[in-house]
Amino acid sequence: MTRKARPEIDALDRRIIASLQEGFPLVPEPYAEVAAGFGMTEAELIARLKRLREDGAITRFGPFLDAAAMGGAFCLCAMAVPEADFERIAAAVNAHPEVAHNYARSHRLNMWFVLATETPEGIAETADRIERETGLGVLRFPKLLEFFIGFRVAA
Amino acid sequence: MRLDPTDRRIVAATQAGLDFTPRPYLAVAERLGLDEAEVIARMSGLLARGVIRRIGAAPNHYALGLSANGMTVWDVEDGEAERLGALVGAREDVSHCYLRPRALPDWPYNLFAMLHGTDRAEVETRRGEIAALLGASCRGSDVLYSTRILKKSGLRLAGGAS
Repeated sequence: MTRKARPEIDALDRRIIASLQEGFPLVPEPYAEVAAGFGMTEAELIARLKRLREDGAITRFGPFLDAAAMGGAFCLCAMAVPEADFERIAAAVNAHPEVAHNYARSHRLNMWFVLATETPEGIAETADRIERETGLGVLRFPKLLEFFIGFRVAA
Repeated sequence: MRLDPTDRRIVAATQAGLDFTPRPYLAVAERLGLDEAEVIARMSGLLARGVIRRIGAAPNHYALGLSANGMTVWDVEDGEAERLGALVGAREDVSHCYLRPRALPDWPYNLFAMLHGTDRAEVETRRGEIAALLGASCRGSDVLYSTRILKKSGLRLAGGAS
């Protein structure tokens, strides 16, 4: 995935994104309900969301799943990847559907990704497979505790 | 918790995202040969059980002007980590905060807090505030800036292409 140039975001876009971080209604016409709260029409809201999605201002829109609640697991993993081989290793790691997201970071451990698997055993299986494919070690940092989050995108 | 086959099909059909059409749950129902009301009822159940954490948008922090995103990491005394982690997680500029195992000797840090700011100077200022909050219970810290998104697809069920 390539990083896009920063898209144009206006104040209403920000308010819509902030609102949609809180939740989207489970009713037959959810866009109409959200649009009414902003004093806009359903068609206007849908057009804005399409633009925000196409511009990359929102990366996903829909349900966010908890792997653990489905009997699976999440695990943050890190690798120290030689710079000369970075693109090839990134492609090999990203080819696994269990890799939910992956970031390059400024550190000796320069690749950080999250595995999401349908079984707890799937974490070790996938991490071991990546180690075999790449010849590099995969450090594993499962969460022990998650703290309440106060973060909100400012409206 | 195991998903029943219909719940699983609904999860698989919605995990890539909802349609931008006036009745998105009807669109899911039609793809799966279900009623709209059943899709809504089952998704409500999945939400209540925590299988779906929430339905909504994932903002791109870069696009929103929060272009500096630092993963701050801290080596906090084990006996204090739970109390101090709660204080860090409650900050409005921290989007994720977890206690994780150390990986000695490579990695001495056990508290991870994703910190956002408009630029690195702001992230560094906020990092200093967190350091002050943690005080003597923190033996060391670092910050890892994200330089590139390599992949961001969210959780996918294997074989669940929709």
